[in-house]
Amino acid sequence: MDITFKDVSYIYQANTPFEHRALSGVSFHIPSGSFVAVIGHTGSGKSTLLQHLNGLLRPTEGKVMIDDYQISAGEKTKDIKSLREKVGVVFQYPEHQLFEETVAKDIGFGPLNFNVEPKEIERRTGEAIKAVGLPEDLLQRSPFDLSGGQMRRVAIAGVLAMNPEVLVLDEPTAGLDPSGQREIMDMFSRQHKNNNLTTVLVTHSMEDALRYADHIIIMKDGEKYMEGAPLDVLVNKEELQRVQLDLPEVIQFLHQAEKQFGKAIPYQKQSIAQLAKELTAIVKGGESNG
Amino acid sequence: MSYFIEFRDVSFRYREDQPWVLKDVSFHVQSDEWLAIIGHNGSGKSTIAKLMNGLLLPQKGEILVDGVQVTEDTIWEIRKKVGMVFQNPDNQFVGTTVKDDVAFGMENHGLPRKLMVERIQTSLAAVGMSDYVAHEPHRLSGGQKQRVAIASVLAVAPQLIILDEATAMLDPKGRLEIMETIRNVQEDQDLSLLTITHDLQEVVKADRVIVMNQGSKWLEGTPRDVFSEKDKLRNIGLDTPFVTKLAAELSAAGLPIQREPLNHQELLEDLWTLHSKM
Repeated sequence: MDITFKDVSYIYQANTPFEHRALSGVSFHIPSGSFVAVIGHTGSGKSTLLQHLNGLLRPTEGKVMIDDYQISAGEKTKDIKSLREKVGVVFQYPEHQLFEETVAKDIGFGPLNFNVEPKEIERRTGEAIKAVGLPEDLLQRSPFDLSGGQMRRVAIAGVLAMNPEVLVLDEPTAGLDPSGQREIMDMFSRQHKNNNLTTVLVTHSMEDALRYADHIIIMKDGEKYMEGAPLDVLVNKEELQRVQLDLPEVIQFLHQAEKQFGKAIPYQKQSIAQLAKELTAIVKGGESNG
Repeated sequence: MSYFIEFRDVSFRYREDQPWVLKDVSFHVQSDEWLAIIGHNGSGKSTIAKLMNGLLLPQKGEILVDGVQVTEDTIWEIRKKVGMVFQNPDNQFVGTTVKDDVAFGMENHGLPRKLMVERIQTSLAAVGMSDYVAHEPHRLSGGQKQRVAIASVLAVAPQLIILDEATAMLDPKGRLEIMETIRNVQEDQDLSLLTITHDLQEVVKADRVIVMNQGSKWLEGTPRDVFSEKDKLRNIGLDTPFVTKLAAELSAAGLPIQREPLNHQELLEDLWTLHSKM
């Protein structure tokens, strides 16, 4: 589904002494099928932006268009329930929202609310638990008997069981160990490709943004600060430092190597093995004057 | 032999019908040392931390803190010496102001008021939070909250601080703040530091590293020693730093890399030396 923000502003507690402008004049267009990473510091407006994607928040000014749905100030969005069926949101620490007696009931809770047939719910539950890499015999266990990492996966399975067309992920791997982080992100990447999803990932990890996204939006103080392809946005040291973000480590290293050897290795998502070959050629080359 | 902490063949399980979480673990922490413990979730890392200040007691073996064995009778004495900062900054606040919060730990240890007032100031200054004495803790950023949590621990004047994934929930800026704070404090005061972490950038800065796997001590050494065993680490599914991986590929591509690099600078220096010789 295409996602378009047009001059979107959002003000918390407008017309009170606590008024706070969280978004101002944000515009962008995300074509259907994109994997977008939204980056920015705490307080940059990322989470507010995200809550507009399924109509949890309505813009104070401007409008948000998701496919044929339009969310704007003062107007009731037609059919917002069906929008929420199509936009699956994985909030931060989603395991805090588990509540059912069994894992199966928790995963099936969303579809049940949207009147999906019991047979179909069962099918989707089985599929979703497989997708997140948990054994099916967990289905009859209480979610509260599971480890933190398993609970996170159950919560994510609950979102996948909705068969969403848009996946919105708010730091989905925060607090997991590195191998758990990698597994979860690879799983989202597979879902994205196999099911033709449009994915919006809010993250602090420049590495994840570089690895998974095809488009980057950087937020600063409620405004869109930069936008573009990862290899354009994530190589720009000065611009990123201005918003206290670092270059991804591989790009940092290549910049330093360029300074040392006077020769650039352009980064095009090469594997580390490939980078090593290119670097070896420069080190052995000898003709560089450093 | 004056180790600040000593684990002697320690085994622990939560219940008798459950498997051992720690199996015959022995190691020590020296005074002024920074020891990092890494390992998967479930490898026993956090259990070690909880055993150190008596939140848990072992079924087998013994744990000595500053020469005193950790038992039900000694835990209060030991908790004055061993402070802990946990992962979630929101779960550690009890006071309505930053000042109250820092005072809470000291009240529990029955410190005189005059000393408390003094320590509130010095410990908040040490973490760069002096301007926030009267602030409400829940309105601070994640990094600021963890700095206050560290101040609360410092105020009790411990000899060892345990950071149990204390930076895991912070954004990169908050993470940096905390590690800088900790380094400064450690340099100023005679402190031992134990960090339990997944953050490899943090691990390479420690004096020594212990790798835990399935409840046992699996590897121990300097960060350089440990990361030279990258194949072993990969076998148990642990990640290694970017420079470690790159150095391995450079060796495979025919460059004789001599030392295991811990950061970009070290690797670039070695490459430059090789380059000059070619």
